[in-house]
Amino acid sequence: MADQVLDAKGLNCPLPILKAKKALKSLESGQVLEVLSTDPGSVADFSAFCRTTGNELVEQNEADGVYTYLIRKTA
Amino acid sequence: MSSTDLKPGIDPNTMSIIVTKGTLDWAYPPFILATTAAAMGLEVTMFFTFYGLTLLKKDLDLEISSLGNPAMKMPMMGMHMGMPNIVSAIPGVDAAATAMMKNLIKKKGVASIPELRELAVEADVRLIACQMTLDLFEYSKDDMIEGIEIGGAATYIEVATQSHINLFI
Repeated sequence: MADQVLDAKGLNCPLPILKAKKALKSLESGQVLEVLSTDPGSVADFSAFCRTTGNELVEQNEADGVYTYLIRKTA
Repeated sequence: MSSTDLKPGIDPNTMSIIVTKGTLDWAYPPFILATTAAAMGLEVTMFFTFYGLTLLKKDLDLEISSLGNPAMKMPMMGMHMGMPNIVSAIPGVDAAATAMMKNLIKKKGVASIPELRELAVEADVRLIACQMTLDLFEYSKDDMIEGIEIGGAATYIEVATQSHINLFI
């Protein structure tokens, strides 16, 4: 489903957000970025990031310590 | 209208940071805040003064010391341990503490300061070096990375009057 997957596992704040921002830049509006992170702080961070930037947090999951975020780029 | 409304004309997505410290640990808060804010669409300016100026050097050689820092207790041997001040006075101890900190940073997947600084530059964070500090500590612009501006207090104050979030670190 995702147009691009960003593996940010093992990276600590603020790298998951910074790398996601960079990846989103290369996507077209409407495309979806999947981000994988092991940082528990990323849960609140990705919600805040999407709220502030207007990108849509389509889905958010966690399994075995890996958090997965599906972010749709808007505008 | 509540009293927390912005003065008319200030864009809420603006931030300035006065960076006054140059040790490895204190380099993190300003760079993490600046890069994250920039990633979230804010326009960010960092003003480097006094010991913060060293964070703009081409050759970054940041260190930490446990001297006078009773809150510095590092994970060691399964617990958190601090070091008596007198031990920090021994030659080589600060270097060892710095090496241990850098190792911990790498192990935990935390970005290095050069990496964060590069990300700040890429994100068009405005970096201003304090002219007075350059003179005071006898640094030249050539000692610093490319792409920085030089300014004084008035330069910073102007930025701050147009910035919604102003931090002193």
